[in-house]
Amino acid sequence: MEGLNYIGAGLIVIGAAVGIGRIGGSAMDAIARQPEASGKIQTAMLIAAALIEGIGFAALFAA
Amino acid sequence: MRRDFLIKKIALLLFLVSFVAMAQDHNNDLALHSSEETEESGSSLRVEIKEFINHHLLDSHDFSLFSYKDEHGKDVHVGMPLPVIIYDSESGLNVFSSSKFHHGETVAENNGSYFKLYHGKIYKTDAAGTISYDDHHHAINTKPIDFSITKNVTFIFLVGMLMFFMFMKMAKNYKTSAIPKGMGRLLEPIILYVRDEIAIPNIGHKHYKKYMSYLLTVFFFIWIVNLLGLTPVGINVTNNIAVTLSLALITYLLTTFTANKNYWKHIFWMPGVPTPMKFLLAPIELLGTIIKPFSLMIRLYANITAGHIVLMSIIGMMFIFKNWIGSPLSFGLAFALSLLELLVAALQAYIFTMLSALYFGSAVEEHDDH
Repeated sequence: MEGLNYIGAGLIVIGAAVGIGRIGGSAMDAIARQPEASGKIQTAMLIAAALIEGIGFAALFAA
Repeated sequence: MRRDFLIKKIALLLFLVSFVAMAQDHNNDLALHSSEETEESGSSLRVEIKEFINHHLLDSHDFSLFSYKDEHGKDVHVGMPLPVIIYDSESGLNVFSSSKFHHGETVAENNGSYFKLYHGKIYKTDAAGTISYDDHHHAINTKPIDFSITKNVTFIFLVGMLMFFMFMKMAKNYKTSAIPKGMGRLLEPIILYVRDEIAIPNIGHKHYKKYMSYLLTVFFFIWIVNLLGLTPVGINVTNNIAVTLSLALITYLLTTFTANKNYWKHIFWMPGVPTPMKFLLAPIELLGTIIKPFSLMIRLYANITAGHIVLMSIIGMMFIFKNWIGSPLSFGLAFALSLLELLVAALQAYIFTMLSALYFGSAVEEHDDH
């Protein structure tokens, strides 16, 4: 049963990567629709990505 | 015009050289070790690279630029010692130079008590410097309380002084003209960006002014420290969790002590929620106030640490492959990653400032009851 923590961390990192990817993709869509709001969208995107990233790193350090 | 162009060219050259120099610096150190390791198995080389990376990430008691082995196989360290300040209940306050440790090789004696450097930590020992271990091979000698001016502390002082002179000079400029000169030309748009894009939208026109000094300080401090951490000197202060802890703690204290009654109301007795739910949500909200600065701390620390580990692992690949594909590949990847790290350095400073502003904003927000 050793090494399960690494598998768990890997799963969380995959989840975080998918999440950040979706945020990026959605932000791209939003900017394409409303280029004039790109500044606000970027800010919101970065904050959301940073929050998810935090979880990913927490998992990495817990493992 | 010509002179301007020349300066630009020189700046670009220096910029490029710094990358090469960084790769060189790490490589030299590894190369010297690895040349002796060639006869041995690959695993010991891997262990050595791992140790080197770990050593790079740690704080230390001397300002070591690089080390090499002379013809007699002795380690020669180039750098300077730093003051050691330790407090111990038996011997009181001890102040001496870290050169007494000889990089952990000898026992330092001060006022009749003996100290030894073991894996970067100071332990109290007897005159012979015995270190006793428990079952897990951890040292069990008493550890004095360490207030030493370590490598990281020195660097924080240096960055602090640099920022002080940079911004004082800029502030003086405004007394004579509305347009800044020299360095100020570069800094003014960044300061305005922090004000107009980070502080005002998140905190609001009414209250943003009292937080500006902190937001600007923290933004420039993290940014400059991150950038200088990428230079060949390689002292990365932000991958020390104690540093990010203190930064996050300041944000937490500022949020807590400048918060108005609406902030506390939304934590303990949020309007518009059924009464039984309020009892359930209050502890969660209270926990949330601590988790927010905690995540600030972890994010900055983990991002910078992860960046440095990956960068040095890629450089370490060169010594594991040892062929004509491995080295250019490793160099190319390290170069690309260095560029990415430049972005991360600015991005982390931005995110830290941004989220701090967001928390301050929530602390001073004025609500109409929903």
